[in-house]
Amino acid sequence: MRILGKKESLCIQCQACERVCSNLYFKDESPEKSAIRINREKTAERVITVCSQCGQCETICPINAIVQDRNGVYRIDKKLCVGCLACVGFCPEAAMFHLPGANEPFKCVACGACAKQCPTGAIFIADIEKGGEL
Amino acid sequence: MNITPIKAAHVLLAELLYKPVKLDKGYTGKILYVNLSQNHIVEKPADPVLKEKFIGGRGYGLKLLWDAVKDTSKWNDPENEIIIAPGPIAGITQYPGAGKSYLVTLSPLTECAYDSNVGGYFGPFLKFSGFDALEIQGKAETDVVIVIDGRLGRVTIEAAPLEAINTHVLVEQLTQLYADNEADRVNISVVSAGQAAEHSHIGGLNVSFYDVRRKIDRIKQAGRGGIGTVFRDKKIKAIVIKSPPVKGDLNNPADKALIDKAGIKLHKEIATLDDKQNAMRKTGTTYLDSIMNDYDLLPVNNFKFGADPEAYRIAKEEFAKYFNVSGHDGCWYGCTLACAKVVNSFELKTGPYKGEKVPIDGPEYETVGGVGSCCGIFDPEYILECNFYCDTYGIDTISFGNIVGFIMECYENGILDKEKTGGLELRFGNADAALELLHQMARGEGFGKIAGLGVRRLKKYFIEHFGADERFVNDIGMEAKGLEYSMYMSKESLAQQGGYGLTNKGPQHDEAWLIFMDMVNNQIPTFEDKAEALHYFPMFRTWLSLVGLCKLPWNDIVPANNRLTDEPAKIPEHVQNYIDLYNGVTGQQIDKQEMLRQSEAVYQFQRVFNLRMGFGTREHDRVPYRSVGPVTEEEYLSRQNRYDGQLKEKLGVDPAAFTVTEKMQILRDFREKQYQKLCDAVYKRRGWDENGIPKVETLKAFGMDFPDVIAVVEKALAGSLK
Repeated sequence: MRILGKKESLCIQCQACERVCSNLYFKDESPEKSAIRINREKTAERVITVCSQCGQCETICPINAIVQDRNGVYRIDKKLCVGCLACVGFCPEAAMFHLPGANEPFKCVACGACAKQCPTGAIFIADIEKGGEL
Repeated sequence: MNITPIKAAHVLLAELLYKPVKLDKGYTGKILYVNLSQNHIVEKPADPVLKEKFIGGRGYGLKLLWDAVKDTSKWNDPENEIIIAPGPIAGITQYPGAGKSYLVTLSPLTECAYDSNVGGYFGPFLKFSGFDALEIQGKAETDVVIVIDGRLGRVTIEAAPLEAINTHVLVEQLTQLYADNEADRVNISVVSAGQAAEHSHIGGLNVSFYDVRRKIDRIKQAGRGGIGTVFRDKKIKAIVIKSPPVKGDLNNPADKALIDKAGIKLHKEIATLDDKQNAMRKTGTTYLDSIMNDYDLLPVNNFKFGADPEAYRIAKEEFAKYFNVSGHDGCWYGCTLACAKVVNSFELKTGPYKGEKVPIDGPEYETVGGVGSCCGIFDPEYILECNFYCDTYGIDTISFGNIVGFIMECYENGILDKEKTGGLELRFGNADAALELLHQMARGEGFGKIAGLGVRRLKKYFIEHFGADERFVNDIGMEAKGLEYSMYMSKESLAQQGGYGLTNKGPQHDEAWLIFMDMVNNQIPTFEDKAEALHYFPMFRTWLSLVGLCKLPWNDIVPANNRLTDEPAKIPEHVQNYIDLYNGVTGQQIDKQEMLRQSEAVYQFQRVFNLRMGFGTREHDRVPYRSVGPVTEEEYLSRQNRYDGQLKEKLGVDPAAFTVTEKMQILRDFREKQYQKLCDAVYKRRGWDENGIPKVETLKAFGMDFPDVIAVVEKALAGSLK
C-alpha cells in the first residue's frame, strides 16, 4: 500500500508541501486547499497532518464513493459522492479536508508531488507492504 | 426474480408529464396532487401561505388536509387524504437526521388529523423530483401503484394486479422493476403497507431505501396512527419514486458553508462521543431497554409494572448478537448517528414465509417494549420475528404490542377465554399465541381481526359483547384520543402524564419526554414549571417535524460540555445548529424565539383541527388511570413504599390506618386532581381557555386567525359556554 510517509522531527515547517499540493489540485497557493497541512506553531505536538490510508473513510461512506485504487490508495469518486462529509468528521487523522460550500471533500492521494519538493525529507512516498521508502 | 409478468400486467390509468422544478433554498413551490377516484394528476403551485405560515412537513400536511376534508369527514371517506411532505431542510446530506418525511391523514384510530414521521429516501427524492408535498385524495377501484419519475418528469397511476401486498416482497419487485440497473437501485424509494393494514386500524407505512453495502432493500416505518390502513383503503399498493442522482447541494441552499460547518461539527461529536454516551451506532435505540428497566419505566404486562427480572434477556447486548453493524447504518445520507440497525438474515419460524431467511429493520426500543415486555415476553427471537411480520404486514409495532398487552390482561382477568379468542390462550408471556394473532390479523380472520380494531374500540367491544367491567377496561386500556400509548411508564411522573395526555395527536412520546427532568431529577417541581416544559418541548419538537429533521441527533448525542450550559435539557448547541441549518437552507435569519413561534403557530392550528373534527377539548385530554397510578392491588403493592410514602408526605394520611383498597382510592383522587390541575396550568401557558380551546387572541398572536379557523373556535367556545 502506497502512502505519504512522514518523519515529524525533520519538518522545518516551510510549507512548501502545502504550496505544491494546492497548486497542483486547485491551481492556487493556499494552505486551505492543500491535502497536507503543516502546523506552524513551534511547540505543536503534531506538525504534519496527512492521510495515513487507514480506510476509515471507506467504512463510513454511505454510497461506496471511497475505494482503494490498485496501489491501495483511498480515492473519492466525485461522481458518486453525495457530499455528506461524514468522512471529514470521522477521519482519525483529521486529514479529510473540505472547502466550505464545496460539494465533495478532498484528501491526499499519495501522488508524491509534495515529497519531491520537501527540502529535508520529512515527507516521502512509502509502500507499507514493502516496508519503506520508494 | 422474474418481474416481466408483473410489469406486463400494469395498465396505465393516468399520466402527467411535467418539467421538474429545481429547488430554490429548500423549496420547489409545487405540490403534486393525485386523485385516485378521478384518475387525475396535477402539478399545482403551492399557496404562498403554506411556506409563510406552515413552513413544511407536518405543517403542509395539516393545512392541505384541512382544505381537503369536511367537518364530518371520516378516515375512510374518499376526500380524506394522505399527504407526504418532507420540509425545507430535508434532503441536505451534511447533517445527521435530515431525511425525514411527515405523513398526515385523518386517522382511523383518533378520527383526527394524525402526523407520523419516517426516514428512508422518499421525502428527499420527492423534493429532488420537483415537489414540496405529495397529496393523494380519492379511492382507486383496483389496486394501483403511483409512480413518480423525477428524471423524466412523469407521474402515472398504474393498475398493478400482480405485485405482492406485503412490503418485503413488494419493495424488491418494484425496485427491480423501476431501476435502470443495479447501480440505479439507490435512486428508487417505495412507500408500501401490507396485508394486515387492510384488516386493522393500526396500519403503518414503510419507506424504502437501497443499502449499497449489503445489496438489500431496507425500510423505515411511519408506523403510528393507522396511515397504512388509509393507504390500503385507497387501494394503493405502493408509491414509487425515481430520483435524479443525489448531490450535496440539490436543495440549492442560500449558504451551504453554514450547513457544512454544523454537519462536520456534529459528525465529529458523534465520532468521538457516541461510544461513551449511548452507542447508537452499535445498538441503535435498544440502548434504552436496560435504562428504562433500571428506572422502573419499562412497560411490563400492559404497563402494570416498570421493570422485570427477565428484562436482561431483551437488553441491547442480546440484540447486538443479531445486528450486522456497518460503518453506515443511517436511513438518509449523512446520518452518522446511524440508529437504523439491521439483522441481515433471520430465519422465520412461523407464518407464510416460514423457513425463509430475511433481513429485519430494527428492532427499536419501542418495538422491544411493545411486542416484548408489554406482553410479558422476554424473548429476542420472538421480538425479531414479530418485528419482521409487523413491518411486512404493514402494521405498527407499538400499537400491536399495546393491544396484545391489553388483551392478555383481559384474558388473565377472565374477560376473555379460549372460546372467545378462537382457541388462543392469550396470557402474558405466550409468544406463540401473540404471533398467531398477528397472522390472523394479516389474513383478516378470527380474533386477530377483532384485535386490529385498536384498544379504544376493543374496550367497547369487550363491554358490549363479553360483559367486561367498564371501569376496569377503561382504566387498563392504554389509549388516549384513540391512540395506543408508546412505551414509557408515566405513572410516577405527572409531567409525563401531560406529555402523553396533552398532545395534539395522542400519546406518542415525540412531543415531550419529561420523565427524567420530572421524576428522576426533580427539575420541574411546580405546576408552572411542568407547564413551561409542556410548552417548550412540544413546540421545539414540533419544529423538527416542520422542517424535515429527526429528533434523535438532537439529544441522543450531546456535546461534551452540554451539562455546563444553562439549560442542559434543551441541548443549546444543537438548537443553534438547527437555526444555522434553517438559515443556511432558506436564507432567512431566524433565531430561537422565531423558531418556536413558527412551531407554535402550527401547533395551535392542529389543536383547532382537533376541535373542528369534534375533539380538542378537556374531556379529550383525559388519560387512562393506568397511566396515572395503580389500578390494581397488585400494582399498588409492587410500589407500596412509594405510594405509602406519598400518602404520608403529600396528603398527611397515615397508611397504617387504611386498607390497600382505601389507600388506592385516596391516591387516585389525589393523582387525578393533580392531572386536572396540570391541565389548567398547561392550558393557561398555551393560551387556551379552561376547556382547552385556543383563545382567539392566541390565534391572532400567531397569525393563525384565518376566518375558517376562527369560525371553528368561536363555534366551540359558544358550545362550551352552554
